[in-house]
Amino acid sequence: MQAELATRSRQFTRARRPGAAEAVAGVLALFFLVSAIAPQVLAPGDPLAIHPLSAFTPPNFAHGFGTDESGRDIYTRVVHGTQYSLLIGAAATAIGLSLGILLGTLAGMFGRVVDFTVNRFLEVLFAFPGLLLALLFIVIFGPGVATATIAVGLSTAPGYARIIRAQLRSVRSAAFVEAATVLGRTRWQILLRHILPNTLAPLFVLATLGIGQAIVWAATLSYLGLGAEPPTAEWGAMLSAGRTYITSAWWMSFFPGLFIVLTAVTATVLGRSIDRRMRHA
Amino acid sequence: MPRVLARSLRRLTARLAGAVFVLWMVATVTFFAVRLIPGDPAQAVLGGPGSQASPEALAAVTAEYGFDQPVIVQYLAQLGRLATGDLGTSYALNMDVAPLVLSQLGGTLLLAVLALTLAWLIALGLATWSTRGGTVASRVGSSLEIVAAALPHFWLATSLIVVFSIWLGVFPPISTGGVAGLVLPVLTLAIPLAGFLGQVMRESLLSALESPFVLSARARGESERGVRWIHALRHASLPAISLSGWAFGSLISGAVVVETIFARPGLGRTLLNAVTLRDVPVVIGVVMIVAVAYILMTLLTDAASRLVDPRLRLA
Amino acid sequence: MSEQAALTVENLQVDFSAPVVRGVSFTIAPGECLALVGESGSGKSVTARSLLGLAGEKAHVSADRLELDGQSVLGLTERAWRVRRGRDVGLVLQDALVSLDPLRPIGREIADSLRLHSTLGAAARARRVLELLDEVGLPEPASQVRKLSGQLSGGERQRALIAAAIALDPPLLIADEPTTALDVTVQAQILALLQRITLAGTAVLLISHDLAVVSRVANRVAVMHDGRIVETGRTAQVLGAPRHEQTRRMVAAVPADKPRGSRLSVTARPTATTTATATATATSTDALPSPTRPTPAALPPSPAAPRGSDGTVVLEAVGLSKNFRRPDGSRQLAVDDVSFSLHRGTTLGIVGESGSGKTTTARLLLALVAPERGEVRVFGEPWSTASESSRRGSRASVGAVYQDALGSFDPRWSVAEVLTDSLGARRERRSSQTLKRISALLDEVGLAAAVLTRRPLELSGGQRQRVGIARALAARPAILICDEPVSSLDVSVQAQILDLLDDVQRERGLSLVFISHDLGVVQHVSDQIAVMRAGRIVESGPAGRVFAAPQHPYSVQLLAAVPRLSA
Repeated sequence: MQAELATRSRQFTRARRPGAAEAVAGVLALFFLVSAIAPQVLAPGDPLAIHPLSAFTPPNFAHGFGTDESGRDIYTRVVHGTQYSLLIGAAATAIGLSLGILLGTLAGMFGRVVDFTVNRFLEVLFAFPGLLLALLFIVIFGPGVATATIAVGLSTAPGYARIIRAQLRSVRSAAFVEAATVLGRTRWQILLRHILPNTLAPLFVLATLGIGQAIVWAATLSYLGLGAEPPTAEWGAMLSAGRTYITSAWWMSFFPGLFIVLTAVTATVLGRSIDRRMRHA
Repeated sequence: MPRVLARSLRRLTARLAGAVFVLWMVATVTFFAVRLIPGDPAQAVLGGPGSQASPEALAAVTAEYGFDQPVIVQYLAQLGRLATGDLGTSYALNMDVAPLVLSQLGGTLLLAVLALTLAWLIALGLATWSTRGGTVASRVGSSLEIVAAALPHFWLATSLIVVFSIWLGVFPPISTGGVAGLVLPVLTLAIPLAGFLGQVMRESLLSALESPFVLSARARGESERGVRWIHALRHASLPAISLSGWAFGSLISGAVVVETIFARPGLGRTLLNAVTLRDVPVVIGVVMIVAVAYILMTLLTDAASRLVDPRLRLA
Repeated sequence: MSEQAALTVENLQVDFSAPVVRGVSFTIAPGECLALVGESGSGKSVTARSLLGLAGEKAHVSADRLELDGQSVLGLTERAWRVRRGRDVGLVLQDALVSLDPLRPIGREIADSLRLHSTLGAAARARRVLELLDEVGLPEPASQVRKLSGQLSGGERQRALIAAAIALDPPLLIADEPTTALDVTVQAQILALLQRITLAGTAVLLISHDLAVVSRVANRVAVMHDGRIVETGRTAQVLGAPRHEQTRRMVAAVPADKPRGSRLSVTARPTATTTATATATATSTDALPSPTRPTPAALPPSPAAPRGSDGTVVLEAVGLSKNFRRPDGSRQLAVDDVSFSLHRGTTLGIVGESGSGKTTTARLLLALVAPERGEVRVFGEPWSTASESSRRGSRASVGAVYQDALGSFDPRWSVAEVLTDSLGARRERRSSQTLKRISALLDEVGLAAAVLTRRPLELSGGQRQRVGIARALAARPAILICDEPVSSLDVSVQAQILDLLDDVQRERGLSLVFISHDLGVVQHVSDQIAVMRAGRIVESGPAGRVFAAPQHPYSVQLLAAVPRLSA
């Protein structure tokens, strides 16, 4: 995530035309949105319908992505699973961002003491790298979809906080803020007209980039048996179920994973594209 | 020179004090986190309400952790135990946590270090190639990086097993002791990380190659290889070095997945088992060890940055 | 000229997607300095880079003749070029802080040229590096070789960069804006060094946007405009009797020694009617040329327009002092006991080099920081000692124009939003009244209405500064604090902005504090002058007196270094 954000600053400042990657990402985003809102449109079947006779069918004309151990159609399940993954990803990102905004604003807006304290606190959180904070959270509150979502949100919060703090600090000391003071604007006017819009606009990009990461992490927790559980058509859980049959039915693991990768890539490409547009608009 | 020495000594002391502070806070956070577990803390330490611990075991845990005493006493006692290297007892495994965690540390460190090295090599290669070969190479390079960075460990591991173990039969799907067993786990950890590092490196490599000092070097008659090796790559590695501390942390968290899938002994698998069994002392033990490793790694990357960037040594 | 030319260029053409250099020809003899002068975008830097084979992969370079030291370099392979670069031709760029690798000691950078082109061993190279540093006048070379460019002063590192370029004693040295980022006194030293190198027999190609800078060292001048050389000749001849319009424009733009109130730019502000009709064409130029205004060359040297000052003090600084904290925790005086007063309708010029405390003074005057001792008074009322809330009501009377115009605008706002906001109106709903005032402001600063929908990032440097001035004028200030308002602009654009400031001052009866490192600019615009050094005012008084008879040795030194047209 941090690597992502570090790159963001200079990334792609050259080209302006939407490229092929952006076009593909746009189509994929549309596909995922339809999958999440109205999965029946793309996959009319029942994701939980069992057909024991056609279990373990490899990908063919009738079952594009094959079937699982109970003969459920994997394509249907993957499409219907989109809403879980997107919802979990969005919720986790919302949690992480809210916490990040809270901590980052505290550190960026108030005095040195607050900044120092919040910074030390963030440093401590960074010492629980990656999923460790999430795992600690799960061991306390027990596994499940809700805890996993909160846990992922919690682990992403320190990264957001740090970025928001840096953004706030740079905007606060920007020349245009001084220029507004010289024009006789009050602190509130400056905060509302300059500091907040310039700090919050990049958050939109952060959120887009972050959703991809959150989906991957949430799916990881499900895969490890700590989030959503089979037979729910959640992508991580489907992969987890497919693990047992990995030697005979690769498609059970492959396609749900492919969808995770595609969502994450789509989020990255779109996030950067929005970022670039905002910089040049 | 003694002034320089005194200054670096002062810096080192400050850094170590900072590290100790962070560890203390990590211990504090975990201490109170355990107190957040709903219900009887002794019950929680023994694996939660489902574990049906015997009254004797409960009494033993209560006595060991002093759950019958005021929180502040418990807290100080816990700090005291940590200071002496005592991480408590795992009731699920019926053994002391410290030796258990330490015995698992080596395997995970080996995995992480190998993966970090490989990721650096891949990222460096990809960045160098994609900034050299024109527009097509640059597009391909940046796409590869984005996709690699988006690959979830568990899916990558599964796919590698399907291709290399099941279809081709080159590498074992289960990590036996040998070198061959290390290949797939290391690849699984290295590829996504290489995607991240590669993006950062390519960006900074591009900006270094466009900078006036590179133009000056070219005007001096420096070859393309010289421009890269003497000037540009050094600049390009700086942000990637400072990211390596974070990268190391993410590798350890990735080890949870990879060790589980490849059935490798290590901290990650120990942690996952402990989380599943709600074996609280082991979870805390692993978290503490990882925090120590993470902090050491940050100190190390800090030193590496100062080595590569002499400007940092002046400040 | 029996001697062979060090450089011969005939009909050089460089195309990227569009032609950038269109048929340029010139020669330079050994021991001669040719100045290639032009505005940014005129193609001068691309020309220079083509002479090193470094125009870039996307450039198509062609020429009838291109000879370095008598040998044709047309169509050389990259490998063959590498042998020549550094040996047959050296390059010095602007600002050595980024033109020398900031991660490597300067000694290494200089030794690189020797490593690449000579068989000298490491010890011999180290000795030669010390000799070179001595040659370029860097004091105590032995203690400097291990330093990074960031540890040296601007002048020192520029010398190091020159040492790296002349390490192999190349017959041709190309210097691309070698003094642009430097203080005037340091600039004079570097120019003297380049002159010494020329006299030693090296052919020097000096590239600059500033005629005055090159006039002291160049034997000949070639003026470049729009990819072509439009005029060339002996320096004295070109500066004394410029033939081409572009040359005349550039000569006119040099502010030093031009009387207060005389115009520097050929272009003038459009009238309201031309703004409306010329909207489409205004996008590419900073201001619209007005056919009715005569060129300054044709204009009789008018005496400085009478400034309507009634002697009222509008702004007053009394014993201002301000500390700042250094990274190591110690405190240093940035501004030390500074006092002056500004009279209505006049301009006070504050001049000083980097680190002299002039920018801190500007911030004190704008009450962005509070002084530790002393105070600022505006119209006799307390200003720096007042609380921000009580000061806010009077802030409209003190406007500001900044050096970094781009940074002073909210990047999210369009020009229309900036101006609406500065008029105190709501940005979302613009009344016809507001629109009328905006269009009047645009006319006043010479911008077409087309800029309204743009963001500052999409404007040229000159346009941005015009918007900045319009914003400052919107609140109808009585006082304008200008902190280096023209120092990041080309000389020709600088001339337009200076003229604009002069116009608005006259029309509105403004009082100006004009802060600059450039004595030539300050001389042109000021009624009163204060010379600052290390936080203190070392000399002050009427501009005429200070320039005619400077008393403090530092003023004398500063004055001697001012680039002027010494034709």
